[in-house]
Parts: sequence; C-alpha cells; structure tokens
Amino acid sequence: MSPKKDNIAQFFKALPKNIFSGFVVSLIALPLGLGLAMASDAPPISGIIAAVIGGFVVSILGGSHVTIAGPGNGLVGVLLIAITTLGIESAYAAIICSGGLLMLLGFLRLGKLADFFPSSAIQGMLAAIGLIILGKQFHIMLAHRIKREDTIDYLLEIPYTINDAIHYDNTGLIYAAIAGVLSFAIMIFYSKIRNKYLQLIPAPMWIVILSIAFSYYFELVAHEKNPIDISYMISGIPEFSEIIAQLPSVNFSKIGSFPFWTSVLALTLIASIESLLSIKAVDKLDPEKRRSNVNRDLKALGLATVGSGFLGGLNVVTVIARSSVNVNNGGSNRSSNFFHATFLVIFIVLFSSQLTRIPLPALMAILVYTGYKLASPSTIRNIFSIGKEQLIIFFVTLLVTLKIGLITGIISGVLVTFIIHVVINKNFGLFAKNVLKPNVLMYKEVNDENNYYLSIKHFCSFLNYYKLKEKINAIPENEDVVVDFSLCKFVDHTVMENLNNYQELFKKRGGTFEVVGLDLHDTDSKHPFALRRLLPVPNIIKNNLTRRQTSIEELAIDYKLNYMHEKQKNIDFLNTFLFFRTKQINHIYNQLVNTNEALTLFDIEFSEGEFIAKEVVRSTMLYIDLNKDIPEFTLDREGFLEKIYAFAGYKDIPIQNHNDFSNRFYLLGEDETKIKALFNDDVTHFFESNPYYHIESNGSSLLIFGRERQASIKEIKALFDFGKRLKEVLS
Amino acid sequence: MTLKPFKSIGIGVAFSPNLKANLFEVARLSQFFNSKLILIHVGPASQEKTEALKIILDNFSYIDYEVVFKTGDPVNVILSISEEKKIDLLVLGALQRENFLKYYVGSIARKITRRAKCSILLLIKPSIERVSCQHIVVNGLKDPKTEQTIATAFYVAKQLRADRITIVEEIKQNEVAIKVDDDKSLRKATIFKERLKLREETRIKEIIAHIPETYTKNIAIKSQPIFGKQGYSIGHYAQISRADLLIMNAPTKMTFWDRLFPHDIEHILTELPTDVLIIQ
Repeated sequence: MSPKKDNIAQFFKALPKNIFSGFVVSLIALPLGLGLAMASDAPPISGIIAAVIGGFVVSILGGSHVTIAGPGNGLVGVLLIAITTLGIESAYAAIICSGGLLMLLGFLRLGKLADFFPSSAIQGMLAAIGLIILGKQFHIMLAHRIKREDTIDYLLEIPYTINDAIHYDNTGLIYAAIAGVLSFAIMIFYSKIRNKYLQLIPAPMWIVILSIAFSYYFELVAHEKNPIDISYMISGIPEFSEIIAQLPSVNFSKIGSFPFWTSVLALTLIASIESLLSIKAVDKLDPEKRRSNVNRDLKALGLATVGSGFLGGLNVVTVIARSSVNVNNGGSNRSSNFFHATFLVIFIVLFSSQLTRIPLPALMAILVYTGYKLASPSTIRNIFSIGKEQLIIFFVTLLVTLKIGLITGIISGVLVTFIIHVVINKNFGLFAKNVLKPNVLMYKEVNDENNYYLSIKHFCSFLNYYKLKEKINAIPENEDVVVDFSLCKFVDHTVMENLNNYQELFKKRGGTFEVVGLDLHDTDSKHPFALRRLLPVPNIIKNNLTRRQTSIEELAIDYKLNYMHEKQKNIDFLNTFLFFRTKQINHIYNQLVNTNEALTLFDIEFSEGEFIAKEVVRSTMLYIDLNKDIPEFTLDREGFLEKIYAFAGYKDIPIQNHNDFSNRFYLLGEDETKIKALFNDDVTHFFESNPYYHIESNGSSLLIFGRERQASIKEIKALFDFGKRLKEVLS
Repeated sequence: MTLKPFKSIGIGVAFSPNLKANLFEVARLSQFFNSKLILIHVGPASQEKTEALKIILDNFSYIDYEVVFKTGDPVNVILSISEEKKIDLLVLGALQRENFLKYYVGSIARKITRRAKCSILLLIKPSIERVSCQHIVVNGLKDPKTEQTIATAFYVAKQLRADRITIVEEIKQNEVAIKVDDDKSLRKATIFKERLKLREETRIKEIIAHIPETYTKNIAIKSQPIFGKQGYSIGHYAQISRADLLIMNAPTKMTFWDRLFPHDIEHILTELPTDVLIIQ
C-alpha cells in the first residue's frame, strides 16, 4: 500500500473527532468573535466573518496542524485606533494591506520575525493590550458607557464606574450590570469546577446560552419585556442573506496618508507576533508532535486577512485559547479548523436573530476576563521572579504602549532591553563587534554517541537568537542535543526562556536537550537572568508542612513508605502516558514511594489548555512500574460522555463473557487482541469488584487516579491498596 | 604527493618582554624540523642586540641561526627578507586582548599574513617551557590546496610528535538546498546532509590514502564534517576541542571586499582560537 493512501485512510478515520472538536471550538469562537469585533468598534459580525474566512483558508492552505484561526485579542487595541482614526471603510483597506504584508512576510520566510523581540517586551506589550481591552470594556460590563480620549483614563475611571453601578436606579441598567457581573463570575469560576458535562460547553458559550434562555424566559414564560435596557443589547447582526448581498464598501482613498500606513504596520506587526507566538505554543500541545510550517501559515493567514477585509471582516490570526480547546477536544488535523468555520456559518444561518438576545455586558465580561488574563498580576510576579531588570523592560513597554502606541511601545521595549544588557555587561563592544558574527557552531559528534553539539560564542541575546534557533530547528526532536555556553559571555532571558521551551519539546518527542557551561556564569553573579532561578533556595523554615502533609508523613511511617514533600520537576516517566499528551505537567510533590520503588504515589499539578481556556488541575495519582511488557490501554468508567466519544470515533473494546464489565467500563487501546488477552477472568473480576479508577498503561507501567482533585488521606490509603492488589493480580 | 619540508624558519624579532619566549619557541621548532633559523630585526644592526640574541639561544645545544638587520617599513622588510632568504615558515606573534583570554593578529602581522608567499605560523602564547602539541585540527575544504595542506599537517604532526589529527570539512550552509520548514522538509534535509557528509568523508579518505604511510601511522585520524560558515566554524571548533594547532589553507584571493565582509582566514585573524599555521 502506498503511504499516501494510508494518509487518506487515516484522515477519514480521524474525521469524526475533528468534526466534534471543530464544533466545540465554534462554541467558543462565536461569542469571542462577536465580542472582539465589538470591542474594536467594528460591526459584531465582522469578527465572525474573520473566523469563517480564516477557518476555511488557513485549514486548506496553512502549514500548521491543530491551530485555529480567527480574530485575535491582541489586535483589538490596534483595530480600535485604526477604526477611530480612519473610519471603518478605510480600516478595511488597512486590513487588506496588512494581509498583503503578512503574505509578503511569509514569502520572504520572515517567520523568525517574532524572535527579534525580547520576551519581557512582548509580555509588556500583551499586558498593555490586555489593559486596553479591560479598561474600555469594564465600563460596558457594568452598563456604564463612557467615552474618553486616553486609554489610561478608562482605567482610572473604573472605581467611579463601580460606584455608579452600585447606585443605579434604572432597572434596565441594573439588570444589564447584573448580567455582566454574572457572566464575569462564570468566566472566573468555570475552570474551578471539574464536571465533565459542564465542561463540554466552553464558558463563553454558557454565557450565550444562559442569556438567550433568560430572554426567552421573559418572553415566553413571564410574558414581559426583557428587563435589560435595550441600548445594552447586541444590535446590528444581519441575516445571513444580508451578509452575502451587502458587501461593505472598501475605501482606499487614504492609502497615501501617514496614519493609514502606521495602522497597516501596527496591524501586521501584532498579527504576525500573535500568530507566531500562538503557533509556537500550540506546537507544544500537538499530540502527534508535528512541526508547523510557520512561513506557510503566515502566507495563508495573510491571504485570509485580505479576503476577510474585502468581505467586511477583521484581521485573521492564529489564536491560542481556541487552538488549545481544539487540542483538548481531540482535534488532530487542519480539518477541525475547517469545521469550526463550517459550524459558525451554520450558527449564523440558523440563529443570527437569536444573537440579538445576548446582552452586551455579558459579552463584554468575556473580554474583560481576556484582558485580565493578559495583564494578570501573576504575569508580573512571574517576571519579577526572573529579575528586576525584566520588570523595568516590562513596565517601560507597558506604559509607552498605553500612552503612545503599540509600535512605539515595542520599539522602546527593544531599546530598553538593549541598554540594560549593555549596562549589565558594562561593555558595548561585546555587542557591537560580535552581533554579525556567525557565533553558533553545530556539528554531530562522530565518534561518540552521535549527539548534536552546539557551542555559542561571545553573547547570545534576542539580537542574535535567530542564529541559534535556525541551528536547533535543523535537528530532529528525537535526537540528543548538548548546548554549550562556556565560550559565551552573556546569555539573556529571552534565550533562556526559549531554550527551556526547546527542552520541553525535545523531552516530549523522545530526545534530550541539555544546556551546559552556565555554571561559571552563576558564580560570576553577572548573570542574574533566569539562571538565578536554577539555584537551589535553602529552606530556612524547617517545618513548613501543611496539615495534609503531616498526615501523609504519619501515614508514610505507618505504612513504611518513603515520603518526599518537595516539588519535583523531573517527570519524564509520566510523559509517555496518553493522558498527558495534550497536558502540561508542572510538577509532582508529596511523593510516597514504597521500599522496592515499584509503587509511587504523588500529588501532581498539571495544566490543560492555554490562555483564557487554561485550567490548572491538582490531583493525586499512583504510578506502578510493572517491570514487564503489557499492551497500552486506557480503562475508564462507562458514562454518557463516553457514548458521545464513541460516536466521534473512539471504540470501546468488548470483553467476552463479561457483560457486567463491558457495560460498566470503557476500555480503549490500539492492540485489541493483546488487550483482550490481558483482561482475563481474574483481571476483569478484580475490576468488577473494586471501586472505579481511571487506569492507563503506557506499555510497561500503570497510572491510576480517581478524581481530578487531590485525594484525602483515606482516599490515598484506598488508592495505594488498590494499586498493590492490582499489581499482584497482573503479575 | 610532494612534501615541502620547512628547511628554514624565519621570525621577526623586536626587543620586547616577549623576546625570550618567542626565541625559545622558534628554537624548539628549528630543532623539531631540523631547519635553519633566520632572525629578522627591523632596525639598525648593533653589537648589543646580536649579543642579547646569542645569550638566549645559547640555552639550546645546537642551533643553526642567522641574524639579519634591515631598516625600513616592518612589513616590507620582513616580506623581502623572507623571499631573499627563501624562508619556508615565518613565525609571527599574536596580541592578546586586555583582560580576556582572546588573541588577535596585530595590523603588521596581518598585512604580512595576507601578502606572504611562505607558510605562516601565528603563535598565541609563546612560552619558555615547552607546551607539547597533541591535537592538530586541519581544514578539509574542497579546494585544490587542501591536499597539500593535509599532507603538511601530517608532516608537522610527525615532527612535533602530535598524536591526534582532526580533519574538519566545512560544508557551506547554502549547499544544503532544502530549507527546513516542517517535519517533511526536515527529514529531507537530514538525509541530504548525511549524503553530503558521506561525500566529504570519502574525499578526505582519498586524500589520506595518498599520503605516505610513515606519516599516517601511529596517529589517530578523525574527520568531522561541520555545516557552517567557512573559516569561522573551524576556528570555533578548534577552540572547543582544545586543539593545540590549527592548520589552514592560505587564502586564495584577497580583495578590498573580502576585508569588508570577512570570511575564511580573516575570521581566524580577528579571533585566534589557538596557534594557527597557514600553509602556502
């Protein structure tokens, strides 16, 4: 059989899953598209148009695999300025031109553009965008429309708006504000509730569903007018036929003017940065570990933007939150992006009139949450922990962006970073003399273990990081790599952060990535950047265990287990489990290990999804090393959701003569015959007569856990006992 | 394969604090290579100077040497005398950047390097005590001169009793026509690179086969292909592999543009990784 035919067969096999995940993504894309467009002062439908065009064009022509394209949050600030200064018709022209430039970047292979910006400066710029979104929409969320000149003024007005909202006497406004606050609460608490039925629909869609239901309740049950003030309802959503019939007029008359081109440049810059960062982040989540063709993606995004601009839509970029939702729901190739667009079209055709039932404050709550996430205090805390100078870069970029504009902001961030680097090294020559030198040497060591060796000379910072990146990108991720900085006098935070990303990527794909030669830098104390974090912090307070930890400690003594409460980042043994393929493990802690080290019980913190769809989960798991080969499988309790999954292409393996088992459990795996052989009478009886756990095998070891939350002491004991007995049954 | 032994070794001497170390180095070299030593001093002749040189060289049991005095422009003097006296190997000292363990070639030595018709040895750290030369790195560029260079490297290795030679084939990045974008192009590029490496290695093996066995036996030979900037990466490699001597082809042409956009040997001259021998 030719490999090509095989691909087609695989594609069709994966199709149901991709339709399913495309559907879930469209649920989040619909409210976000409307909201982002309204936040940019564009007609609400323009966001949906961008998502639809983006979905169709990028899925067909793009070079990435599991990304979703659509209107991006980073662009809200720029679009807002473009639309207010140029007017919507000329703004469409600017969008079209920026799409052309984006395509040009793709053809010139400038996918590396985003590497030239220091990461703290990018963080600062994103935080500024977050504050712009938050500042403007917060007032609408509380049903208090205001108009100010400066973005900072919007932020300063927030306390007054809260005060006003408490003292409203117009019931229409009160209801509007309540809708906003409730929606905001949904966004915040959604990720804290782990219920699989609730989680099936993304939070933004819950807001849409609940507000439409609320409006119908008043219309059909209470026979009253919707109590929310009519000026705070979404307006101007055209029928589908109108969208097709009435193309917006695009006005190119301002093409010679200066503000037009600054808008175009800003749009292109932010669109490319946002897309490139998102693609990089999504590549890490890809369960099939593929590498995206960034330049091809840029071309496709550019073309989509041009099309979207002509049809009255916004810029199309790769978006991180929606892409992560896609991965989490089983999207495995570009068709999910296509189906997300298809479902959006279906929604608009069928329900466009229903959308006017959504109150504006509810929609804006989603954006306020997005803005908050971009500029959240934890980002600042994180940057501070890397180094004070990063905080300077961050705040300079943030303030200049807020006060003057995005392009000036990012340029000032780059300049400040460079000045700080020169000051820290007290040496301008180091940078001036060596910036153009090919300072990275890479070769495959011939005699030894055939690993790739990279040596970097002089300095390595955001200025010349692209050279290092180019070399690393030429290495397959399942190889062993050693990066040596011993000849390098200065390594900046941007490089350290990116290397850390590579480290994770190589680990996930079966290779190793080691960074050596930085020990000297530490002792010099000239290198404060991320390195400082690597130094072990001495534990001054000895007994800082929580009550749960003390109980676990007692349990360990009682059961004769070894207890280690420290956080451990070395979690390689977990990466091979299917469960973690689309999840990022942060660390494990509170480890309990029995003496022959076959059973390890630990608390774990991992995260799922990115950005506003990010959920941090803490759970307790048991790891059993079986010391023998067994087939890979996943065993779970059979439920309603599994029936849906089955519909989407997952298949339950039936075990003959054990109807009870087959009915109650949901067994998944590639090698059906071997799995059937493993689940003999003893094993199935064991599962039938014991409590439910999620059990997963990676070929030689088992991972067992109950709920997606930390286990109590009693549950720990039960889990441990279960594992011990299961091990006996299996061996 | 004709080997051109170093029959005479020349060095420019200035009466600087480094004089003794420099003389010790060349004296040892002349003993290793069995060659005549020619000391060139730019300046008027004087009894004192000759005496001073004699005192230093008297530390060695037998040295065949000659001192030449001539006034004029240092570059022209040294070049004309080396031609006149048929010097095979001219030794030049490098300068060290302040505070750093970094060496570079000063302007005079650089001019000489560019114009000399004989082989040049650039010493980074002349010392009175002998630092034995164990590891030699030599370039294996695809160039007509390379065969001669590699042969000389083996000759030098034998005379200096070095025990390891690494031949570095620098393969230009633009020879790999495939741009890495995704997994597919990466796979293609990796296969293509493997093929290039094989090609280069066969070429080097052939060159080594032509060298008389007396020179190649008892020496560990390794060949290391590197994808990178020509001239720069070999220096970088010599530095990290802690080579004691780097042997390179002489530059083919040298125009104004080559200095403006440095390549090949010019990279090495600004950042000497170790002692460098340029074979003419």
